[in-house]
Amino acid sequence: MRVEIRDIRKYFGSVKANDGITLTLEEGHIYGVLGENGAGKSTLMKILSGYQPPDSGEILLNGQPHTFDSPLSALKNGVGMLYQDPHDIPPFSIVDNFLLGRDKRLRLNYRAAESELKELSSKYGFALDIQAHVDSLSLGERQQLELVRLLAGGAEVLILDEPTTGISAEQKDVLFNSMRKLAREEGKILLLVSHKLEEVQELCDHAFILRRGKYVGEMEIPCPNEKLVEMMFGQVPPRSERPTFELGDPMLELRDVNISTYRLSVKNLNLSVRAGEIFGLAGLEGSGQRLLIQACAGLVRPESGQIILDGQDITSWSYHKTRAVNVAYVAAGRLEEGLVASLSLTEHVVLAQRETDFFVDWAASGQDAQSRIEHYQIVGRPDSTAEELSGGNQQRLLFGLLWNKLKLILLEHPTRGLDVRSTNYIWNLLYQRRQDGTAIIFISPDLDEIIERSDRIAVFSGGVMSRIVDAKTTSVKEIGHMIGGQL
Amino acid sequence: MNDSELILILASIILQAAPLMIAVCGETITERVGVVNLSLDGTMLMSAMTGFVVSLKTDSVWLGFLAGAAVGALFALIIAFGTIRLRQSQVAVGFVLTLLGDDLSAFLGQNFTHIPGPVVKFMPIPVLKDIPILGPLFFNHDMVVYFAFALVGLTWWWLFRTQPGLHLRGTGERPEAAFARGVNVNRVRYLYTLIGGALVGIAGAAYSLNVKIGWAEGHTRGLGWIALAIVIFGGWSPIRGAFGAILFGATKALATVLQRIFPEVSVVAFNSIPWLLMILVLLIVSSESTERIIAFLPRPLQRPLRHLLRAAPPMALGKIFGGK
Ligand SMILES: Nc1ncnc2c1ncn2[C@@H]1O[C@H](COP(=O)(O)OP(=O)(O)OP(=O)(O)O)[C@@H](O)[C@H]1O
Ligand SMILES: [Mg+2]
Repeated sequence: MRVEIRDIRKYFGSVKANDGITLTLEEGHIYGVLGENGAGKSTLMKILSGYQPPDSGEILLNGQPHTFDSPLSALKNGVGMLYQDPHDIPPFSIVDNFLLGRDKRLRLNYRAAESELKELSSKYGFALDIQAHVDSLSLGERQQLELVRLLAGGAEVLILDEPTTGISAEQKDVLFNSMRKLAREEGKILLLVSHKLEEVQELCDHAFILRRGKYVGEMEIPCPNEKLVEMMFGQVPPRSERPTFELGDPMLELRDVNISTYRLSVKNLNLSVRAGEIFGLAGLEGSGQRLLIQACAGLVRPESGQIILDGQDITSWSYHKTRAVNVAYVAAGRLEEGLVASLSLTEHVVLAQRETDFFVDWAASGQDAQSRIEHYQIVGRPDSTAEELSGGNQQRLLFGLLWNKLKLILLEHPTRGLDVRSTNYIWNLLYQRRQDGTAIIFISPDLDEIIERSDRIAVFSGGVMSRIVDAKTTSVKEIGHMIGGQL
Repeated sequence: MNDSELILILASIILQAAPLMIAVCGETITERVGVVNLSLDGTMLMSAMTGFVVSLKTDSVWLGFLAGAAVGALFALIIAFGTIRLRQSQVAVGFVLTLLGDDLSAFLGQNFTHIPGPVVKFMPIPVLKDIPILGPLFFNHDMVVYFAFALVGLTWWWLFRTQPGLHLRGTGERPEAAFARGVNVNRVRYLYTLIGGALVGIAGAAYSLNVKIGWAEGHTRGLGWIALAIVIFGGWSPIRGAFGAILFGATKALATVLQRIFPEVSVVAFNSIPWLLMILVLLIVSSESTERIIAFLPRPLQRPLRHLLRAAPPMALGKIFGGK
């Protein structure tokens, strides 16, 4: 199969998400699609996969022009896409999820579907439990399920939009191996959208770069990262150097803390984090690191033990009380837990205010919002709603809402889905916070980020916290082993 | 009370529960596709009145049922149009329709109150009716009861064993994903909202033509709300919903018996028994403590039990679909 994308345009109001993009894709290749947040990558991929129509331009498959009016019609013509959040149906059983939209017959043939599922998943090295429900799977497994479904549907072109955010290192290896197999052995075309240049270098043989809705060039891979970054941003953004910092006195101490929920219990947490220190927590999702953070934030109650903040015992305090003593918690789900999708930036500023009067001074709050927009370089207006912002700008807003003097910042996936520049920007903000003596604890699935940004690191595996390692002397390999349970 | 008396009581519980079973089935279908038809109480009043009046005028109960179904479908169409096309809140539109149905049925039906009319013919099924116990319970009734049971089975089969049923459920759980698999989300929502509404309409007519025959202002008032509650109680499954409808009828019968035994206790106290029971069961079924208890059981038992007790509403219930 040969795919030609010709002069695709897609405007959202005044935003030119795709502004005349032309690309050609050849059989058997793995292409990287690169560009900063908001460059138009997802928009282009959704057009190619029939999720949304372009305003103008055409798509040619083997020289024949095609218009897709739905993802199903794209799949029937051999184009399938794995969305940033898998488009599956969490409450369904795996077989139901696989069967939905598969064939036209009235009665469902469960037996045939099960054997097809088994055959395909073992062919690509996926270990799926056929009896389970989708919502009991990890994100990586849900992706595998989607891939199997697309392949069963006859996909010759597979698009993966940021597939590695939120999956484990092993799942990433499994995914990449299956992608290689699909391209090299079966001659399929794969497209990988990613912000992680290391992944693109590892997997792809060619990369397209988009900027502000336009095609700006392509590169044979491997090539120097700087080249790619320069094309993505128009200049090489200054590498954020991690400033050295004199750590202060202990700010947070955990003494024999036990936390248990019906899913998981974490025993005997002992930890001391100093003022100005950045402490990274690694581990597979659901291994206990989130419980630690939530216990410090006052969102879960420890069964026993003590949590001391700056000499004050805050064990079992509520979230509102810990907030009042300058603990901030930034949850992973930006739009689920952190921001309110339909509220404006000004309203967010009002919600985040420390003292609340009964009447809101909207004029002052609007000015406050404007000044934060400028200071944190958010692309938006005081009256834009949170959901209109691109991912990177939502994250900036979250940080823009934090109070000034904080003792402790608790972060989950602080840079998930952000491009290199936004990631550096966020970390520079956090580095500045250290001047005030703020201690920072963060969770990240990205081991490079953990090692690069932390002073010290602990790894969680099955509810057990490892020994604490020094970020300067450890390696991705060592942390990887610890995640695997070799604490 | 001897055995045959008990069987008689049980048979009459089933007879009375039939309209409720039909309404619960209808609303289960509607909610499974992601739409809440909150107008059930108004719809049932309107269709009970229309069904009775039409069958009185035409002397045909079948036309009465047809009219009831048409009224139910019409109300559902307003819900579907208002929420899918005009993107209004499902709760608001449904609530307004409830009030409308109540008043409109009282107004339009005022000349037809407390008069006798045609009845659904009693139709015992030969041979089957002579099976001990089961015969008199299930096969000694009329078409409405048979229809109710057949409907429950058919609905279950459709929902859980067919491709269109999968489309239906997928649309109610995650319309974006269903759309990506080629489901025409809005058309499916229209279709099943109408079918669900028509069934609720049949249920209303079944009440005035088969249970409490005739018409009076507020004839079925409350029944729609009960059906809505039983849909939740039944965990959006037609079989569990039907079970809930019968259980509800049984507790009501029990309340009547208890009231006879303890005449000094207020009627209201006994009338609230079914509700209390329902809340209790809901608490047991959907609490975290159940999850804890299940976690202690042997592994092979856990999954079927979780599946059985799974009582989460469809994920996209009441939400407007933003796509095409
Ligand atoms: N449905 C929409 N309505 C309005 N604007 C949109 C919509 N979809 C995308 N945009 C805008 O189009 C631009 C491109 O968005 P797109 O999602 O394609 O970026 P991206 O390259 O995938 O970015 P990211 O790396 O953050 O995922 C952004 O400015 C975005 O705000
Ligand atoms: Mg994107």
